[in-house]
Amino acid sequence: MTELDAGLVGEQIAESGQIAEPTGRGEIGRARRRKEDARLLTGHTRWTDNLQQPGMVQVMFLRSPMAHARITRVDVSAAKELPGVLAAFSGRDFADEQGSLPCAWPVSEDIVIPDHPPMAVSEVRYVGEAVACVVATDRYRAADALEAVEVDYEPLPAVMDMHDALTPGSPKVHESGNKAFSTTITSGDVEAAFRDAPVVIDRTYIQQRLIPSAMEPRAVLASTDGDTFTLWSSTQIPHVLRVMLAVTTGIPEHRLRVIAPDVGGGFGSKLQVTAEEVLCLLLTRRLGRPVKWSESRSEGNLTVHHGRDQIQHIRLAAEADGRIRGLRVELLADMGAYLMLVTPGVPMLGASMFNAIYKMDAYEFACTGVFTTKMPTDAYRGAGRPEATFAIERVMDELAAELGIDPLEARRRNWIRHDEFPYTTISGLTYDSGNYEAATERAMALFGYDKLRAEQADRRDRGDPVQLGIGVSTYTEMCGLAPSRLLGMANYGAGGWEHGSVRMLPTGKVEVITGTSPHGQGHVTSWSQIAADALGVPFDDITVLHGDTAVAHKGMDTYGSRSLVIGGVAVLQACEKVKDKARKLAAHLLECSPDDLEFEAGAFKVRGTGASKTIQELAFAAFTAHDLPEGVEARLDSDATFDPDNYSFPHGTHLCAVEVDTETGMVKIRSYVAVDDVGKVINPLIVEGQVHGGIAQGVAQALFEEAVYDADGNLLTATMADYLLPSAADLPTFTTDRTETPSTGNPLGVKGVGEAGTIASTPAVVNAVVDALRPRGVRDVQMPCTPERVWRAVQGTRGGVRS
Amino acid sequence: MPRITITVDGIRYEEDVEPRLLLVHLLRERLGKTGTPIGCDTSNCGACTVMLDGRSAKSCSVLAVQADGCDVVTIEGLGADGSMHPMQRAFHEEHALQCGYCTPGMVMAAIDLLRDDPDPSEETIRHGLEGNLCRCTGYCNIVRAVKRGAQEMGQEVRTS
Repeated sequence: MTELDAGLVGEQIAESGQIAEPTGRGEIGRARRRKEDARLLTGHTRWTDNLQQPGMVQVMFLRSPMAHARITRVDVSAAKELPGVLAAFSGRDFADEQGSLPCAWPVSEDIVIPDHPPMAVSEVRYVGEAVACVVATDRYRAADALEAVEVDYEPLPAVMDMHDALTPGSPKVHESGNKAFSTTITSGDVEAAFRDAPVVIDRTYIQQRLIPSAMEPRAVLASTDGDTFTLWSSTQIPHVLRVMLAVTTGIPEHRLRVIAPDVGGGFGSKLQVTAEEVLCLLLTRRLGRPVKWSESRSEGNLTVHHGRDQIQHIRLAAEADGRIRGLRVELLADMGAYLMLVTPGVPMLGASMFNAIYKMDAYEFACTGVFTTKMPTDAYRGAGRPEATFAIERVMDELAAELGIDPLEARRRNWIRHDEFPYTTISGLTYDSGNYEAATERAMALFGYDKLRAEQADRRDRGDPVQLGIGVSTYTEMCGLAPSRLLGMANYGAGGWEHGSVRMLPTGKVEVITGTSPHGQGHVTSWSQIAADALGVPFDDITVLHGDTAVAHKGMDTYGSRSLVIGGVAVLQACEKVKDKARKLAAHLLECSPDDLEFEAGAFKVRGTGASKTIQELAFAAFTAHDLPEGVEARLDSDATFDPDNYSFPHGTHLCAVEVDTETGMVKIRSYVAVDDVGKVINPLIVEGQVHGGIAQGVAQALFEEAVYDADGNLLTATMADYLLPSAADLPTFTTDRTETPSTGNPLGVKGVGEAGTIASTPAVVNAVVDALRPRGVRDVQMPCTPERVWRAVQGTRGGVRS
Repeated sequence: MPRITITVDGIRYEEDVEPRLLLVHLLRERLGKTGTPIGCDTSNCGACTVMLDGRSAKSCSVLAVQADGCDVVTIEGLGADGSMHPMQRAFHEEHALQCGYCTPGMVMAAIDLLRDDPDPSEETIRHGLEGNLCRCTGYCNIVRAVKRGAQEMGQEVRTS
């Protein structure tokens, strides 16, 4: 570009009014309405299933109706003859190229990772496993053709119960047996803690199997130009997926682009490398046509990985005054039929969290992963931490009941005080910061704790058939997955860093590129707020690009409440690097030393003079590059990769009041108060929304949801008509508030909020249900606490546990 | 193959359709109206809700041939003159959407429930939206948004 051109362009840009004045700080902490909304509210969406490509065809999968069987014959010939059908294949047709779906987390030395073909070749191990596929011009034609595929099965015994599966002589899911792994962690002298302990609480809790149920069913679109491949998928992890698909399919990584367009929720269920993603790539390679797969909901209930499904045996030893001596946890964790991306890691994410916010001298955790003939389990909102929090918070209530003290008092006698942080727990984690006292005090005030206790006493005295129960949950969680060093020690297959880039455009506008992959969390808005404050540019002058490996080339994606804590910080650090470059350029143009410049409200100012250059002027100066200092490149653009030293540990106190109709078993949430401490907050509106949604999912586990298989391995909750997701009519308004104890582990002071509500709320609700019924001798109700289960507990019959 | 005439967001179409074709597939795959998504196959989730002759209907539960002669309004046709409908604005203001997948249906159901009760209580709103599932928001902000939308729609009627 000649100087004349640049001058003209410069004039045009200046006259266009596009270059904004710099702004002051003040975006962080502001309840900005979201940039994402307008498109979503007007239907200008790019869900994967919306996408069309020239020549695109549709694939559908035939799925096993048997939980466990040998495949003796697959005949796709009749399907191929039908109109509009391009191809039909069985697993045998892919056997040489489909590889094995990856497991990235071999948690122990003894782990068994069975081969997991994307399409079953010789044996099926859960209902819903793909056994054949047809490719047709549209979904109706494909559905017709599926009917024409013939498969013969030789039934094998289903393996449904974890205890039975571990019994010698049990039918085997895999030849290697039904034990996937076992591991034990011990800290302190557990024998001593339990020896002669004045109080021992010994309980077993069932974490029922859940179906994550993101509102957008999965969809995949794969295309190739013969050389390179593009895969669009409704995924949380485009970057991880690209690496894993390259390894699985043999398509070189540099010739594979993965795009997560608009993604309609995930909650962990789209943190996966799926059979359908692999098979769509193989099909487009084979057929040379773009291939789309659109999941139906009932297909998804069968084949999107499930969550939870653990049997928890927890024992707590305490002094007579309630101080905890030690804790023993034995888990059986249902892996389902195969180990998927982080299947075995999920219970291990809870391994260090059963001790929660409490001080104790000894801790033992043992976990056995068990194969069954069910859909594999994997990450679901909270992943390991809700399970741990549930068990310890339930047991703390049991401890209080045993001692005849208030459940909050039992907690006070054991929790880490605010002046004890940073605190290294019995399980070896160092909690960065917190103030459990403050959050609890605030929650009690909002809840009207004493008044509700008085009403509870009154109803008990009156023998009211509708009893009031009050449930407490004082949780913490391990957020921000994760420090790469710690992930390495845990034998995880990747790091936990995150990447951010900032591009300063000639007109002073800003492109932020993030390696996180939002699917509802509002990163575009929050990252804009971070960059606006850091760079002093207007919020509206910033765009955030994500979810495409060709645009955001480095990333570790979105799960584990990691995006802000790691990805948001990476964006901040990239902004700081932009300013470092801009400072050198400003000093050169203003003919001063960089040290004489102060950056304020988007401009570098020479101390003591009126001379200044705005960040936008400097971006343009870098673009024209007419007058750059020696050794300075013609750009301010910068990248940063952030890897924290530690996790962050948000916490909070959730209080739930339920009315339990002892005659019908119906549970109604009367009030729910959540006071969360998630450190510093970028956007309080978004934080509150995350808490609301999190609580709803945790309440749903407590009261409504359960994936049910019959003895033969058929999923009985395969549709939304059978699997009870709460509607607006099933949930109350939640009262939320925050305390704010900044994290000490990152410059933003943030902790993460995506999973907090789900982790906290399940035990709060179940504690409330049990609290209502405790005078009637009930000490547990298995989740979900349906009217039938509650009624049976009251009647002292099957389904509830009486003391 | 039956031929149907259908108006969608103000455009009239004549289409030859298989009798089994669902309205939602006609909208999405024939007419390119992908603003209306599909969330289930048992008519539980309500994501595909559109206005069919002025009342909300789950377009996964209507055959295209049943919509012959009907006027359909989708989320794409809700605003006028490039501006959003008051209910869409209310959802934005109250942060009543996160992933946004349920949003088109939720907005349609919200507008429809105001036809029966222009000033609904929280309970009325919650029951009125029972057929629309959201997995992200816990519904708190959706309820707030419907209240706000109701107020603004009421005011628009009064001022017009």
